[in-house]
Amino acid sequence: MSKFRVMALLLTGLYQPAVLAEDMGHQAHMNDDPLVWMVLADQLEWQNASPDDALAWNVSAWIGHDTGRALFRSEGEATSGDVEDARAELLWSKPIAAWWDLVGGLRQDFGTGPGQTYGLIGVQGTAPYRFHIEADLFGGERGQFGTRLESDYEILLTNRWILVPRAELQAFGKDDADLGIGSGLSQLELGLRLRYEIRREFAPYVGVEWSGKFGDTADFAGETDESVRDTRFVAGLRVWF
Amino acid sequence: MIRRNGQDARNFPSSTGLTDPGRRRFVLGATASGLVAGLVGGLARWQPASAGENSRVLTHLKGADFALTIGQLPVQITDRERLAVAVNSSLPGPVLHWQEGETVTLRVTNQLNETTSIHWHGILLPTGMDGVPGLSFPGIAPGETFTYRFPVRQSGTYWYHSHSGFQEQLGLYGALVVHPREPEPVAVDRDYVVLLSDWTDENPARVLAKLKKQSDYYNFNQPTLGDLIRDARREGLSAALAERAMWGEMRMNRTDLADVSGYTYTYLMNGQAPAENWTGLFRPGERVRLRFINAAAMSYFDVRIPGLRMTVIAADGQPIKPVDVEEFRIAVAETFDVLVTPERDEAYTIFAQSMDRTGFARGTLAPREGMVALVPGLDKPAALTMADMGHDMGQDMSHAGHDMADMPGMDMRGAGAVTHAPTETGPGVDMLAMNPTSRLNDPGVGLRDNGRRVLTYADLRSTFPDPDGREPTETIELHLTGHMERYIWSFNGIKASDAGPIRLRYGDRVRFVLVNDSMMTHPIHLHGLWSDLEDEQGNFQVRKHTISVKPGERVTYRVSADALGRWAYHCHLMMHMETGMFREVLVDE
Repeated sequence: MSKFRVMALLLTGLYQPAVLAEDMGHQAHMNDDPLVWMVLADQLEWQNASPDDALAWNVSAWIGHDTGRALFRSEGEATSGDVEDARAELLWSKPIAAWWDLVGGLRQDFGTGPGQTYGLIGVQGTAPYRFHIEADLFGGERGQFGTRLESDYEILLTNRWILVPRAELQAFGKDDADLGIGSGLSQLELGLRLRYEIRREFAPYVGVEWSGKFGDTADFAGETDESVRDTRFVAGLRVWF
Repeated sequence: MIRRNGQDARNFPSSTGLTDPGRRRFVLGATASGLVAGLVGGLARWQPASAGENSRVLTHLKGADFALTIGQLPVQITDRERLAVAVNSSLPGPVLHWQEGETVTLRVTNQLNETTSIHWHGILLPTGMDGVPGLSFPGIAPGETFTYRFPVRQSGTYWYHSHSGFQEQLGLYGALVVHPREPEPVAVDRDYVVLLSDWTDENPARVLAKLKKQSDYYNFNQPTLGDLIRDARREGLSAALAERAMWGEMRMNRTDLADVSGYTYTYLMNGQAPAENWTGLFRPGERVRLRFINAAAMSYFDVRIPGLRMTVIAADGQPIKPVDVEEFRIAVAETFDVLVTPERDEAYTIFAQSMDRTGFARGTLAPREGMVALVPGLDKPAALTMADMGHDMGQDMSHAGHDMADMPGMDMRGAGAVTHAPTETGPGVDMLAMNPTSRLNDPGVGLRDNGRRVLTYADLRSTFPDPDGREPTETIELHLTGHMERYIWSFNGIKASDAGPIRLRYGDRVRFVLVNDSMMTHPIHLHGLWSDLEDEQGNFQVRKHTISVKPGERVTYRVSADALGRWAYHCHLMMHMETGMFREVLVDE
């Protein structure tokens, strides 16, 4: 009995939307999905690279509703004012399961060498044990394709001192000497950052970041005297609004 | 007829003891009491909204004809001045005294530049007088006056509040006292309203936006590495890790007891911050009735008066068989009438700590002005336990509620003794109760085994038998659902904007079954019709207007569809209602 009633309610729920509207003019309780936006600079930091120090960022911004959001993501680094290695993505994100959003759109790589445009599809969300995950597949110009996986985890030392281990890897489908990309696992970054949340929105941090290039990517880097293995101290701000 | 505080008190029969010493006390508090002035800091700089008038002192209006004006009011509750939304330039609004059997007329004028409304919470009235924009009426436009007029068919302690946007959080609330036609069954010497609320200096829309961006924004009590080490020392490393793993697997937070905390809230008693110390006077040996009202937007309170036994005599305005307790939890929108008889010539603290233990509202019962009693410390914040979340599934549930080992099962989308609607599997639902149980005798997280006699729903028994008497002929089962991190709330996984009305046929007697699939405690309020709570055997137990449902709990209540029209039905946590935990109940023929 109750089961059928629930079903009936669901059907009326699904097929009779906006009954409240009628002649009342106001829909005080219909606006249960406000437009929300957020800008998050998860990493905005100085890195003690050699020969010159670098500035690095990992930022995102979104705007939208419960049903879907426009999403911008960008990550990269600059040395002496020149962007060296960066990507920017313009995506649509749509919730598909309790803990997962499907994302799709465009990824643009830029920096040294020619720019490269990809189509991107991926997921982002929270895995069991509260690992934050971003997993992308992308493919595009010059027949290149690849994958990017990123995960981080927040360890609460206290409710304001938060230690964040982070890992990110990229792998590509084929060699591209112009871009210094080799097929297979090309790059792995491992970071550990300790932040203090003065406010939720404002947290300075210090940390260490190790990065390594692998396979042909490492060989290409060796040819141009780029470092293949690198450990950097970092200091920065995590801010959002 | 409109009367201000002092005049009003004189006009009341002395037996009701309606004297409210607020204004005089305020002056004493600010000038004579160094302790209080020191504690409150900014109080000395506080400027009344209009000359010579404290805007945060209870005023009383009595009669059948009321003129109420809604407008902005400058208030200073912390060290910053903010604009509240208030009735008659008073926060809380005036206490309205009605007489059962009379027809009341309330002319409400809107001086805001946005639509407003007043809903008379728990009052039986024609649907057009219920004050819910979009359901009862279009709302009161800026500059307009709306006249509410309806016969008063009940007595007891109720309250009123805005049903428009975030105005309730901004101060648009007040107490309703309906005096009975028949003489009161209990004579009291003093009669005080004790209205609890939560105040934030933040714009409530920004509070909600923050929750949408980071749902644990206001929770600074999350489990840390230090807690893990402490748990490991106490329970052993493997048990502590297993406990962490279970919560991690579910991606849930065991300290998620309140979405908005004392980090931003100042908890008020009759509009007064703890340091301002609202005071009610008594002479030793007098019997005092305290009409507790939880007018908070988002905060449950656990209330006690150290040194005094409290006899609860009414719940949600309706008389119950008296029950003696040392502490009670008051859900958002509930009311409890409590009798105390302080015998000694000393002060007693009324202590109302928030359920998440991040702050408290406080006042004093005292024989004379300016007295204070010891203010208890906040209890240690409790956490939901492994047992709460279903690690004891195999246990006999027949004595559920007696100890925490018997708490209900919950799991991520687990199949179990309960049937979940297919709509509960969408991205807006983060958890389903695996084995919900009836736990009326469970006082709830943070109150179990605290050494005090704590009121539970099992203690609430109406003084009258089931006024309808018929068995329900239909059952409506609704699941309380949500996604904490996305900050979406719903019934059956469907938000208000995606749902049609729940239809009841006029004259029918219907059983509502609520199953709480979420980790939060939800106060569910049905407008216009009583919610007659059933005991665990399905018998009528107590008549209420707001039913609080604990995580993993299943409650049932009867509703007589005896009032035609469109009624709001919703979680009374403001941010849950605003994000979708709302339905229309449509009673038609």
